[in-house]
Amino acid sequence: MPIFSPADIAKDKIQAVQDYSLLVGRSISNIFGHPRYFADTMMQADSIGVGSLPIVMLAGFFTGAVLALQTSSTLQQFGSLSLTGKLVSLSMVRELGPVLTGLMVAGRNSSGIASELGSMQVTEQIDAMRAMGVDPTKKLVTPRVVASTIMLFFLSIISDLVGLAGGWVIATTLLGLNSNEYWTTAYQALRFGDVFMGLSKPVIFGFIIASVGCYYGLSARGGTQGVGRATTQAMVTASVLIVVSDLFITKLLMGVFAY
Amino acid sequence: MQFEDVAIAFEQPVLEGISFQLPRGETKILLGVAGSGKTLVLKLSLGLLKPDAGRITVLGEEVTQMREEQLYALRRSMGMVFQESALFDSMTVEENVAYQLLEETGRLTDEIHARVLEALRFVELERTVNLFPSELSGGMRRRVAIARAVITQPEILLYDSPTGGLDPVTSDTIIELIVKQRDVYKTSSLLVTHRLQDAFTMASHYFDREQNKMLPVADGSRRDLKTTFLILRDGKISFEGTAAELLRCRDPYIREYLS
Repeated sequence: MPIFSPADIAKDKIQAVQDYSLLVGRSISNIFGHPRYFADTMMQADSIGVGSLPIVMLAGFFTGAVLALQTSSTLQQFGSLSLTGKLVSLSMVRELGPVLTGLMVAGRNSSGIASELGSMQVTEQIDAMRAMGVDPTKKLVTPRVVASTIMLFFLSIISDLVGLAGGWVIATTLLGLNSNEYWTTAYQALRFGDVFMGLSKPVIFGFIIASVGCYYGLSARGGTQGVGRATTQAMVTASVLIVVSDLFITKLLMGVFAY
Repeated sequence: MQFEDVAIAFEQPVLEGISFQLPRGETKILLGVAGSGKTLVLKLSLGLLKPDAGRITVLGEEVTQMREEQLYALRRSMGMVFQESALFDSMTVEENVAYQLLEETGRLTDEIHARVLEALRFVELERTVNLFPSELSGGMRRRVAIARAVITQPEILLYDSPTGGLDPVTSDTIIELIVKQRDVYKTSSLLVTHRLQDAFTMASHYFDREQNKMLPVADGSRRDLKTTFLILRDGKISFEGTAAELLRCRDPYIREYLS
């Protein structure tokens, strides 16, 4: 087994960051240039957005439900069971909705994008595209990044709503709260800063999911084994970046909205 | 096309001081053992890779000085047949062949459909128009790749082992198509092959338009097939000349290679 020096490993990592940054830069600048692949973007929006809807709804519903269930005993100790709606609402909208949606979509699409582009890379389809005068970053990367960014925004909204519905089911069937009380506290708890935080995160997460998937896909080397490796790396990296960036976005926006 | 003192290395030098010219309308056959850098020459001429040193000029433009965005326009004047065909596996044969035209117009028009049929008729595969690449045999895929490369009538054609891994009968069909393209459309070509018999067939046969088939050049004929050989050895050119000069060559390596 070859032994690599720390300097070589560091160089590889820096090179990877540089390549990723260049890809991200090109994928953004392509939005303002020609040609624009609107049909490809719509197709990706369908694949990423509509395709992910079932898992996002399932995850959102059960997260909201379990949130209501888990917090009910604590709230009951303080005689604040009526605040269940508020708690579910704030947790889902500010944090769990965007992050869980991001992680779910990362698992499904970051890996999917990496395997699709990786297969194209190792079978020379990307080179064939370049040889025919077509820019793969315009044709393949930008539509995925745009579609993922837009669709995660809407998926997060759906996840929040379904999560609230999950909490409502538990609150009304098991905790004895009435619907009006639940929805009123859930609605009144939200401020502009909460909604802004909840809607800005998925935009960043959507961008991370697609750009990381594209980067690993286009960097795939070494046949089917390389594609498999790229797929795993894309999913892991996208998930880690989502969780890490979530902390920084939260801290930044908490400062902005003076929480 | 002109290569001047071109060198490229991947950990170890692969090509060193490569210089040759491909005049307009001529065909050059690149020979050499596996790993001698034949495919690299094709990728360098398309600008898919940048050399470490030297200058490459294609159709009057210096490829080595051009940015990727500038290269896309130049590549549209060239066609390449990849070693493993590199067809887009999620597209039908028609979409594959029409790819470059669809990129320019955005939709499949009657005119494009007619040109696709014409290109497929050239490779005698017009019945495969609605099939997917996975439904074709290896030889058929290679012929579709040729149709995709010639549909825009490029000024230069690059063939990367177009008969590699095919049976002798299918190989002869492919070579006949390449000879047809050379003699009917007078396209400049750079062809990489491992198969000496294919190279010598190209150098000794012409395409007869009246009989619509490939025929051997009669002994004593003055017909100029404009086909020359270039042999790579250890990253350098070890022979450049016509078929007759190659057969007369006394270099021990060339003699061993030919035997």
